[in-house]
Amino acid sequence: MSLTTDDVKKIAHLARLGIDESDIESYAKDLSRMLDLMTQMSELNTDDVIPMAHPMDQVQRLRPDTVTERDNREQFQAIAPQVEAGLYLVPKVIE
Amino acid sequence: MHNKSITDLAEGLRSGEFSSVELTQAFLDRIKRHSSLNCYITVTEDLALQEAKAADDRIAKGDATLLTGIPIAQKDIFCTQGVKTTCGSKMLDNFIAPYNATVVEKFNQAGSVMLGKLNMDEFAMGSSNETSYYGSVRNPWDLNAIPGGSSGGSAAAVAAGLAVCATGTDTGGSIRQPASHCGITGLKPTYGRVSRYGMIAYASSLDQGGPMTHSAEDAAIMLQVMAGFDERDSTSVDLPVPDYRSGLNNSVEGLKIGLPKEFFGDGLSSDVAAVIEAAVNEYRKLGAHIKEVSMPNLKLAIPAYYVIAPAECSANLSRFDGVRYGYRCASPVDLTDLYTRSRGEGFGKEVKRRILMGTYALSAGYYDAYYIKAQKVRRLISEDFKKALSEVDVIMGPVAPSTAFGIGEKIGNPIEMYLSDIYTIAINLAGLPAMSLPVGIVGGKPVGLQIIGNYFAEDRLLNVAHQYQQVTDWHQQSPKGFE
Repeated sequence: MSLTTDDVKKIAHLARLGIDESDIESYAKDLSRMLDLMTQMSELNTDDVIPMAHPMDQVQRLRPDTVTERDNREQFQAIAPQVEAGLYLVPKVIE
Repeated sequence: MHNKSITDLAEGLRSGEFSSVELTQAFLDRIKRHSSLNCYITVTEDLALQEAKAADDRIAKGDATLLTGIPIAQKDIFCTQGVKTTCGSKMLDNFIAPYNATVVEKFNQAGSVMLGKLNMDEFAMGSSNETSYYGSVRNPWDLNAIPGGSSGGSAAAVAAGLAVCATGTDTGGSIRQPASHCGITGLKPTYGRVSRYGMIAYASSLDQGGPMTHSAEDAAIMLQVMAGFDERDSTSVDLPVPDYRSGLNNSVEGLKIGLPKEFFGDGLSSDVAAVIEAAVNEYRKLGAHIKEVSMPNLKLAIPAYYVIAPAECSANLSRFDGVRYGYRCASPVDLTDLYTRSRGEGFGKEVKRRILMGTYALSAGYYDAYYIKAQKVRRLISEDFKKALSEVDVIMGPVAPSTAFGIGEKIGNPIEMYLSDIYTIAINLAGLPAMSLPVGIVGGKPVGLQIIGNYFAEDRLLNVAHQYQQVTDWHQQSPKGFE
């Protein structure tokens, strides 16, 4: 299976990942080769196989729904890139 | 002092032969002298000497552990409070974690001394240690060769005597493969055995931290500290931790060793195959029985891995968006621009390649064909191992198809690079423990033997490796110039 440069641009957009225009061609080539490798899996009949998402087939362990977090506000404010008047400053993105 | 075992160094510290401050200073001097290996991203000299002083006080008071005062180093994937944690990426070049990873905390409690943070492939993605933002690590056995990835800094540092031992992480072979290429002992524990809390995630269902040491005995000492249930890691397994040193001297007479025929086919260097056969023969001499086993689905491990790992990576790395921490692009015009440029400028090419692959595999229309299919293949591979391990005690084979290749040799061909993990990846898919131990040298470069065991049978693996190391001295050899 081969991916076009437009396919790569579309995937990069989905991933919100900036890629250089000059690299798109090589990504298309590499991803196409990876997909070729993956098509080997289609040779195997897996109709009756249950997918395995966890190596020990474990389910997510849950804890009681109680507050366990400590107040780390001062520590986090001290190492944040930018703070002002006790607030975190992030880039302005909405006018 | 730099090539002594943990037990020898602990004895020297207790007898007053040298202090932890002296020992630490000796390692700091070696790190400076051999900085061209590029093993360390950050050397924490002042902190190390402070910790060494505290360790000396603790030893004097008589409440020391075996690791108290021992200089170790952490792969730069483990968060360290107050010390930069980069994960080998420009994205985290300015990141100082506000907390310690559980593994780091455990070593602190044991009183070990942290020399610094070790170089690694960016976000642990790589088989050669050439994708780090901080440059490639050099293999001390051959300065023009790769040390293996992604824990290449850890392996090279231990091999060159720039740390007594080190932590590594293994998602598809990243402890075993560099251990093999650098001639040291590396253990990937069972998935869930060592806490992943504070270990920056690449592929959550595969990542596992473990020890990288000179010998199996040192690995047992390190694993004793690292292993155990952690409430803060939802994938941590709540099982008692055995005494890993107590069984090291058990005989391997009668041990049943399985050799998968698929591990010895085309693609394996004949020189490496000969060294592996010689190592297996040592076990035969020790009274082990050898049996051929089969892993019919092994050939599909690489395709399955390169769907599952990138899929999990694309989800895990979505948190690096330029908003909360890490690299942020200059003057974004809107939110999409902030995300795309921060990620585009902060990540390197291999990371981007895997994010793209994972995003594609998880996207509408392809999810069943790639992601679900890969999870089904994963189960079949896991069942192959379970069947084989019902017939034998351990499985043995090579770690890598060849010795360490040259820097730059495969970096332009990602598929060829991925194939170098052919013998290690399947073990991560199944979640089994496995280790690499040095068993020979070909063309001046080390070869590792892989030993795979049953779930939570790390004690058995360490015993099997230790018995080999009692009758051979490959694990005591040092590269020229680093003796």
